[in-house]
Amino acid sequence: MTSVLTVRGVVKSYGPTPALRGVTLDVTEGEIVAVTGPSGCGKSTLLHCASGILRPDAGEVVYRGTRVDTLSETRRSRLRRTEFGVLFQFGHLVAELSAIENVALPLLLAGTGRREARTAALSWLDRLGVADLADVLPGEMSGGQQQRCALARALVTEPRVLFADEPTGALDTLSGEQVLGYLTRLARTQRTTVVLVTHDARVAGYADREVVLRDGEVDESGLGLARVPATDAGRGER
Amino acid sequence: MSTGHILLGLLAAGPVHGYELKRAYDQRLPHAKPLAFGQVYATLSRLERDGLVAFAGQDRDGGPDRTSFRLTDRGRAALDAWLGEVEPPAPHVTSVLLAKVVIALLAAGVDRARNYLVAQQRAHSARLRELTTIKTDPGATLGDVIAADYAIAHLDADLRWLRTTVDRVVDLHREVRS
Repeated sequence: MTSVLTVRGVVKSYGPTPALRGVTLDVTEGEIVAVTGPSGCGKSTLLHCASGILRPDAGEVVYRGTRVDTLSETRRSRLRRTEFGVLFQFGHLVAELSAIENVALPLLLAGTGRREARTAALSWLDRLGVADLADVLPGEMSGGQQQRCALARALVTEPRVLFADEPTGALDTLSGEQVLGYLTRLARTQRTTVVLVTHDARVAGYADREVVLRDGEVDESGLGLARVPATDAGRGER
Repeated sequence: MSTGHILLGLLAAGPVHGYELKRAYDQRLPHAKPLAFGQVYATLSRLERDGLVAFAGQDRDGGPDRTSFRLTDRGRAALDAWLGEVEPPAPHVTSVLLAKVVIALLAAGVDRARNYLVAQQRAHSARLRELTTIKTDPGATLGDVIAADYAIAHLDADLRWLRTTVDRVVDLHREVRS
């Protein structure tokens, strides 16, 4: 299996508060990895560091042999526009732009011509079943429709790695399943790697593998275990 | 779950014999607890004795004699009553998971209870993943999907309980040993 993305010993703090305390994660091509754990465990910070949105305080992020964490902001932005796609819980569509304009935006920023960008955007909206909303503003769509447009926007550059942060957190069950079903098919058919952050075991069920974080560290048991004080653990044994 | 009421429901469309009933059960409830042929015939005998189904004919079709049954008016009324009856939410906590955690803490201590919770979470997560694969298979029927949904929802509830209990196991140990 070819390793696509490696996070090695990544440390990240917000002021005095540590969010990641030396996280290591290796993701192979076409793999769907779910990063799970309780609120505040650092899973979104890990996704932001792995996708180049945040620069770690220590450790390294390597994408296909290239150190991402040492790249300039400009080069990390370019990487996010070409190789990576990012999908957030609430879509983060630009409110003033129609669906097709939102989806075409990453291509326009990357220098693609307007007509070509709109054609590609419409094609992705069509694949996600929302082509009829091409000229509709986000505020006039349901949460599920907005998230499908956001997914189209994340995929329009045909990224090799898709990062998704609680992608179904704001959706009803059936809309969430449609989005997850699409992500799964994408990974299987296009060999797109998916890194999925979720607190929901049902969403993690779509992944090939689950990595559990707790207090900014990978929980090696993989199950989000509480730390048991030695004195208590030992007491009561017979 | 009442096997008798399910067979009454499968007979509602018209007379069928035991073999066809078994096939209809397997087709309509593919992920339910398997129903043996012997159980189908035993249940039909009981339903006939109670006047809920009646003899509808016999055919051979190249093999042994096959007896068809039809729903009686009394059987239809029993089916209607069952369909209209709300199942009571379980009045007691009967989970073996809960019992095992408490007994492990009483008999063997925190580590043993914790190890059990870890192993159980692993088994639940693996099963949840299997069911997700089943329901997302392009060939899955809607019956497969809703059966998997039901099982996944219950596994998810168990998993949330298992995770919370891991966090509470030390306090729980103090309580059960005090």
